[in-house]
Amino acid sequence: METSLNYTIWILILPFAAFVLNGLLSKRLPNQVASAISIISILIAAALSYYLAFVYFTDIGKAAETFMAIKAFDQTWLRFTESLQIKIGFLVDPISIMMLIVVTTVSSLVFIYSIGYMKGEKGYNRFFAFLSLFSFSMMGLVVATNLFQMYIFWELVGVSSFLLIGYYYDKPSAVSASKKAFIVTRFADLGFLLGILLLSYYGNSFDFLEISSDNGAAVSQMGGITFMGMSVLSWALLLVFTGGAGKSAMFPLHIWLPDAMEGPTPVSALIHAATMVVAGVYLVARMFTVYSFGAPDVLEIVAIIGAFSALFAAVIACTQFDIKRVLAFSTMSQIGYMMMALGVSGYAAEGLGFTASMFHLFTHAFFKALLFLGAGAIIHSVHTNDIREMGGLRKYLPISHITFLIACLAISGIPPFAGFFSKDEILAAAQMHGMIYFGVGYLVAGLTAFYMFRLYFMVFWNKNQPAESKVHESPSVMTIPLIILALGSIFAGFVPFGNLITTNGQVLETEFHVSLAAATVGIALVGIVVSYLFYAKPSDRPERIAKSLGGFYRTVYQKFYFDEIYLFITQRIIFGIFSAFIAWFDRNIVDGTINAIGWLTAWISSRIKGLQSGQVQQYAYVFLGGVLIIGLVFFYYWMR
Amino acid sequence: MDILTLHIVVPVLTLVGISLVKGQNMTRWTAAVGMGLQLLLSVYLVFSYLDAKGISPETEVFFTRSIVWFESLNIRYDIGVDGIAVAMIMLTSIVIFTGVFASWELKNMYKEFFIALILLSAGVFGFFISQDLFLMFLFFELAVIPMYLLIGIWGSGPKEYAAMKLTLMLMGGSALLLVGILLLYFGAGALTGTPTFNLHELAAVDFPMEIQRWIFPLTFIGFGVIGALFPFHTWSPDGHSSAPTAVSMLHAGVLMKLGGYGCLKVAIYLVPEAALEMGWIFLILTGISVMYGALGVIKQTDLKYINAYSSVSHCGLVLFAILMFNQTAMNGAVLQMVSHGLMTALFFALIGMLYSRTGTRLVHEMGGLMKTLPFLSVAYVLAGLASLGLPGLSGFVAEMTIFVGAFQNSDLFHRVFTIIAISSIVVTAVYILRVVGALLLGPIKKEKFMNLKDATWYEKLATVTLLLCIVGIGLAPLWLSDMIMNSLESIINQLTGL
Amino acid sequence: MIKGIPFEHIMIFSTLLFFIGVYGFLTRKNLITILISIELILNAVNINFVAVNVYLYPEALEGHFFALFIIAIAAAEAAVAIAIFINLYRNIRSINIEKVNEMKN
Repeated sequence: METSLNYTIWILILPFAAFVLNGLLSKRLPNQVASAISIISILIAAALSYYLAFVYFTDIGKAAETFMAIKAFDQTWLRFTESLQIKIGFLVDPISIMMLIVVTTVSSLVFIYSIGYMKGEKGYNRFFAFLSLFSFSMMGLVVATNLFQMYIFWELVGVSSFLLIGYYYDKPSAVSASKKAFIVTRFADLGFLLGILLLSYYGNSFDFLEISSDNGAAVSQMGGITFMGMSVLSWALLLVFTGGAGKSAMFPLHIWLPDAMEGPTPVSALIHAATMVVAGVYLVARMFTVYSFGAPDVLEIVAIIGAFSALFAAVIACTQFDIKRVLAFSTMSQIGYMMMALGVSGYAAEGLGFTASMFHLFTHAFFKALLFLGAGAIIHSVHTNDIREMGGLRKYLPISHITFLIACLAISGIPPFAGFFSKDEILAAAQMHGMIYFGVGYLVAGLTAFYMFRLYFMVFWNKNQPAESKVHESPSVMTIPLIILALGSIFAGFVPFGNLITTNGQVLETEFHVSLAAATVGIALVGIVVSYLFYAKPSDRPERIAKSLGGFYRTVYQKFYFDEIYLFITQRIIFGIFSAFIAWFDRNIVDGTINAIGWLTAWISSRIKGLQSGQVQQYAYVFLGGVLIIGLVFFYYWMR
Repeated sequence: MDILTLHIVVPVLTLVGISLVKGQNMTRWTAAVGMGLQLLLSVYLVFSYLDAKGISPETEVFFTRSIVWFESLNIRYDIGVDGIAVAMIMLTSIVIFTGVFASWELKNMYKEFFIALILLSAGVFGFFISQDLFLMFLFFELAVIPMYLLIGIWGSGPKEYAAMKLTLMLMGGSALLLVGILLLYFGAGALTGTPTFNLHELAAVDFPMEIQRWIFPLTFIGFGVIGALFPFHTWSPDGHSSAPTAVSMLHAGVLMKLGGYGCLKVAIYLVPEAALEMGWIFLILTGISVMYGALGVIKQTDLKYINAYSSVSHCGLVLFAILMFNQTAMNGAVLQMVSHGLMTALFFALIGMLYSRTGTRLVHEMGGLMKTLPFLSVAYVLAGLASLGLPGLSGFVAEMTIFVGAFQNSDLFHRVFTIIAISSIVVTAVYILRVVGALLLGPIKKEKFMNLKDATWYEKLATVTLLLCIVGIGLAPLWLSDMIMNSLESIINQLTGL
Repeated sequence: MIKGIPFEHIMIFSTLLFFIGVYGFLTRKNLITILISIELILNAVNINFVAVNVYLYPEALEGHFFALFIIAIAAAEAAVAIAIFINLYRNIRSINIEKVNEMKN
């Protein structure tokens, strides 16, 4: 059976080849050729992924009513010891296939969209090279058979994100945003790496299947060893989660995501909304068996952090005026949702949260990519990011308007759009686990509807554009991806996730909770209505509310001053104190000691060299004196 | 003539050739051809080593030859290589080959420069093929002494000070080393009746602990000085910043590796018990080196200082890994030597090229070079990414091997220092990105940077050669890692007392 | 064997000559006088050689040869030394030994 999956390697090779080709020949290739190379390679990869999904779910995947994990191939790449080896492989199981579908679909659409969006930009070929690199890395990440392969591609998506955020490299804000993104995620990756090392030291394997086989028996012995009140396994998994939290912009490692919006909008859509930022969720899901059996305490932390991030980001999103930043905080909030769903999930029959989380990841990819691409189309037309300068655009941008509205409805959880189904499952899972999670989730659902429609109304309604405005709809290469994604946002909710993706591969019976659904839709509608009252027409209500909230509003608007706190810690304390101290210490104490030794030698010699006066007569005196002394000594001994 | 002796003969013949020809063009072409031949020879050596190892996997040292030199003192011309030495020889020939191209436009006393440079490389090659401590020490000195002239004459800034400091500190190290070697020699004489310098004969001698406790620190510090062991590293920033480009490349790329190699093959291989007993002292020092170097970089503004401190950090990691006393970590140490050699050579080459164009090495005076110097800038970014351990480039392979190896020691002391060392990768990312951001990205700082010329063919040749090796190791590390791993058996056996 | 002059007298004479030379060498500042003092020392030695040869080993000739040898060397040495002094005088307009410290530092 394994040989029949050999074609899967092309899913990885093609985008990589496109990257190498575009990267090396970026000066020589005409723009159309460069984008064609990238797009064709990703389309083939997408086709192969769809084929793989079809074959897997209908034919080869199922054995004894359970979806199995299959390794298409697994090649040793680096050998540490006999048991610890980094392998590069291709794992086929429901969640990796689901992610492959998401990544290739969104990638293809974003690639096509970029033809229009990036037209005439300098470094057009470079852009497509980086996009291909990203797609390659992301797919390598999702099909990883072992922790270290995941770490390798984890770093690679990190660097492609860095390169793409810093695409406008002559803009200082883009440069610093890209640095920030890389360094914050790198810091989180340190945790991931330490977690991998701990796990592999005790479990003696990097392999996902081995680690999670027999419900994590390989690493469960770590449960016995404790360190500072928690078992080593919990520490390891917590560290692994740190890596995931960094990539997925969970509180308190979220600070890079809003700034990452400095990149071109297609990048934000692909990397910072649909694919890379959910890698953290995917990581936890991939290790879910181990989390669930080995460290339920860590899973609780995951749920708390997810819930808090969801709320935290949703509150901030209500105050921002940059269209992409609102979307960024919304992404953070939705990922918080997914994390929370994973955290509250149990195993097997109680595994609703897991399924819901994956489901939300799937639907979110569509509507969030759509939102970002729509925002891109808007920015492309009006050349500003500030929603206060927009308004009344529905007449000028009809397709963008409709698709944006669909996405807003989907994210707000209005039936029958995709977000409704997944959000409903998440809230049901949260309700089973604890009312506090449900409460937070419920509140966030309302806030989400509010800030999304705030965005929608301020952009498309509100005041009218001046009559002479030259705003016009984007070219069809940009609108067609919007329409496709809109279709996805409408219909993705009807995928029977409970049958396909569950914690243990067996079918999970999910029931539809009418009362819960009604309540969720209710709060979403409340949010929409409030934002309609506030923002559909120009009014001073929002400002009055902001004034009445005073300091709280300012704190929220400044994102709770987290950037400033981090800046203080890194710049003042680490660079300003530690690093400056070391630089001083090295130059003055360590080097000073060395120089002092040299100086001492020179000083002694300068003292001694006075004896070498160059005056022959002095030498003769000394000589005579010496002779005299020797003579006397000999004389003394002879006389005895 | 055997292939190893050829590795010394080719540089020597190149020296003769250089002294015979006239004119800058002839000189540099002679050097390039000679070092090109040397590179081919090393590639051939790698393949023949792999072949020979494939045929007799039990043998440790290949291509051996032993010629009596001073019979009365039992000094022999003992040569031979194992996988580690092969890797280091390969590294040396790549770096010296690119180093020749990096000094292509040198105007001042070019003939003497190339002679000194290639003499230095001959010393390094001799060092790596030696199986006899006396021979090793001889070549070690041969590699260190030309450095004084190279920095003192062709350097920049306070070059006399830097040359003097560097040479004196390294000489101080070799003084300690010589005492250690003589202790080994006479110790072996006292214990077995025949004093010997031969590495493998010495390894078989079971020195009593009282002697080992002297030999280990002497040899470890002796080699550690050139391997930039804290606090004996301060020659490195001054030396590197004053040295001309090719010398910095060779020095950071290869000479500093003599330290790691020596610590592994002399200090630990010959006196394993003392190493196990006293290793923790040096582990603290190397742990400090790693973090201290990395944090020290952040406040530096001169590109060469930045790279020198980052070398302190990376070479600290080499010694750190060696002191973990297990096969994986030591494998990582050797990989790190190769990887760091390649990327630091690339760094210094690029710094030299940027300096020759912009006339400054201060980070804050540059900016936006990506626009006008795309080739050099991309190469710099790649070198930086390799340095911060990006997968797909050589640094990642080395660092991960070290970290996995270091994690095999599970007591708290080792764990703490391992975690400190691993944390340095974040600091590395910080300073690399700061430099890249300030240097290459952003708007162009000065008017005169607008019409800079990008790399010439010889600069491209040097850069691409190094980049290819970095990417090659990064993408397909298995053969190199296995080659080194197999050669570590005897050292591990020494440590475990088999 | 020189009539009427006992060996001791010759020895005393040569010793006086030697120490006069040493005294001159140590105290004089003028290079030429120092050279002359050195000649005195050498001559004291010569006298000793010849005297010892004649009085103690009359049948041998080594003492004479040595004396002749020293005279020849001293002449050559004086020639070289005076050449150096002339050059020195040309350069620093002085042959005072305390002024000859160019090599110092």
